[in-house]
Amino acid sequence: MTSVAQPVPAALPTTGERSIAVAFVIMVAALLIAPSFIYPLFLMKALCFALFACAFNLLIGYVGLLSFGHALYFGWASYISAHAAKVWGLPPELAIIAGMATGAGFGLIVGALAIRRQGIYFAMITLALAQMMYLVAVQAKFTGGEDGIQAVPRGKLFGLLDLSNDTTMYFVVVAIFVGAFLLIYRIVHSPFGEVLKAIRENEPRAISLGYKTDRYKLMAFVLSAALAGLAGGLKAIVLQIASLTDVNWPMSGEVVLMTLVGGLGTVFGPMVGAFIIIAMQNYLASFGQWVTVIQGVIFVVCVLLFRRGVIGEIAHLLRIKL
Amino acid sequence: MDDAPAMFELLNISPQALFGQLLIGLINGSFYALLSLGLAVIFGMLNIINFAHGAQYMMGAFAAYLLLEYAGLNYWAALVVAPIIVGATGIVIERFFLQWLYKLDHLYGLLLTFGLALILEGVFRNYFGSAGLPYRVPDELAGGHNLGFMFLPNYRAWVIAASLTVCLGTWFVIERTRLGAYLRAATENPTLVRAFGINVPRMITLTYGFGVALAALAGVMAAPIYNVSPQMGSELIIVVFAVVVIGGMGSIMGAIITGFGLGIVEGLTKYFFPEASNTVIFVIMALVLLVRPAGLFGRAR
Repeated sequence: MTSVAQPVPAALPTTGERSIAVAFVIMVAALLIAPSFIYPLFLMKALCFALFACAFNLLIGYVGLLSFGHALYFGWASYISAHAAKVWGLPPELAIIAGMATGAGFGLIVGALAIRRQGIYFAMITLALAQMMYLVAVQAKFTGGEDGIQAVPRGKLFGLLDLSNDTTMYFVVVAIFVGAFLLIYRIVHSPFGEVLKAIRENEPRAISLGYKTDRYKLMAFVLSAALAGLAGGLKAIVLQIASLTDVNWPMSGEVVLMTLVGGLGTVFGPMVGAFIIIAMQNYLASFGQWVTVIQGVIFVVCVLLFRRGVIGEIAHLLRIKL
Repeated sequence: MDDAPAMFELLNISPQALFGQLLIGLINGSFYALLSLGLAVIFGMLNIINFAHGAQYMMGAFAAYLLLEYAGLNYWAALVVAPIIVGATGIVIERFFLQWLYKLDHLYGLLLTFGLALILEGVFRNYFGSAGLPYRVPDELAGGHNLGFMFLPNYRAWVIAASLTVCLGTWFVIERTRLGAYLRAATENPTLVRAFGINVPRMITLTYGFGVALAALAGVMAAPIYNVSPQMGSELIIVVFAVVVIGGMGSIMGAIITGFGLGIVEGLTKYFFPEASNTVIFVIMALVLLVRPAGLFGRAR
């Protein structure tokens, strides 16, 4: 079985780490000055999706597992966070943690079921279970059906920072995104992450070396779902709404698309992909339904001609790791 | 059987409603069986899960609608012509897109066909809107029969009989004829079959065309029952994926039995626990994964 992610060939580990460090500094600097040029609400939305895509990439890029149901963790976390902040009156930090816990909990259940089958079945199982929870969300009372949960209060972070100010909210989002980004980088480059990559490359061999691969896969799945939940909870607080769109199957497809466009298995790809797709949706919003068609075309073009994605291509051309 | 009415009364069951839901379950089961059969046939040859299957089912329904509106072709003609047209588009898709993916991980096949599904659904939604378009039941099959315990609309009886016939016919061709033997051999070892002088790439192309045509045929049969709408396929295909996970794709007969069986279970659930009816198949999938991870008819893996 060939691996899904295309590893960047032969770069020395030191240059690899240096190029990533340089790119990281550029990314943080860009995020800090960006609100002077770009509407902060757009940036915050894009960052929530970037975090979502990074969480998804943890599975597809480093373990080789294609989850086609990540909207479940994102969408349900967004519902629970919105409900916690609005109905229970929890402060934003606790509301977001509640969302993250929701993602992790669902991740544990779905992951435990889905890792019982491999390859293509794994994708179909995650998609089917996500669809089931979508239908539950449609029927449940607290989700507000077609209206969703609107006017979610942003509240005060730790009782101090007033998040109703967009600039304050923006820097909180940046802090959370960068923190989660570093956490994912740490996970991927830890001994645990090395085992994940071994599973991606050759699972039977990893088993023969004595690794209980199912436990590693489940752990990676729960981490990915929890981070997707963090993204969903954050999105509910930032945009002050949780709706059926976030939990339905096209959202699962969208996060796949973002990661694919940016580059599967790259460090910065998911973030770049998320910004590209969200920007495209914003600028093409007037085309209505054609946005779906364009997304489909991007899918087809990426799979046929552009499997490395934007960041993967750049890294390949410059012979560095990104 | 004489005790049956008494038993129904005892359990407070209305036989009319129960058999009505069972009938709807069998109808849904017919479509699950036809679609999962097509998915299994395509997966066997191409190693690709055809996410566009739902969109191609929708195209079959639209083809029937457009043939009636613009070409004056009635239901019976559409039953033949629509699958041929949609199957031909499938052949084009295989030649232009899918054939480049056979050497890659099969996840790419899923992603590409997902993209195609988005394109097809989006295009139809742009031209026809999201509201459903009506398609009339053909005159020959209008009306129904009163069976005493229930009313059976003729059209629904026809759909069940026709899809059962098509499913069993496909099973017969694949499992019992020389052509089917070539297909099964090419699934196992394409290189060896090519060495015997059989044009395997053409067989793969035609297999995809046939699988797509099956989806389109299901779409034509569905048109008079459900409205013809662009999104009619996308939610159905996810349920069919669950059906495929439950049955496993290793066996043609397995796909047929699982499809009809789950339709019946869904119908029964609709009667006894209506609020669980649209999730019951997913719940069964989870249970099957716990008890028999390989699926009911699946080989290991």
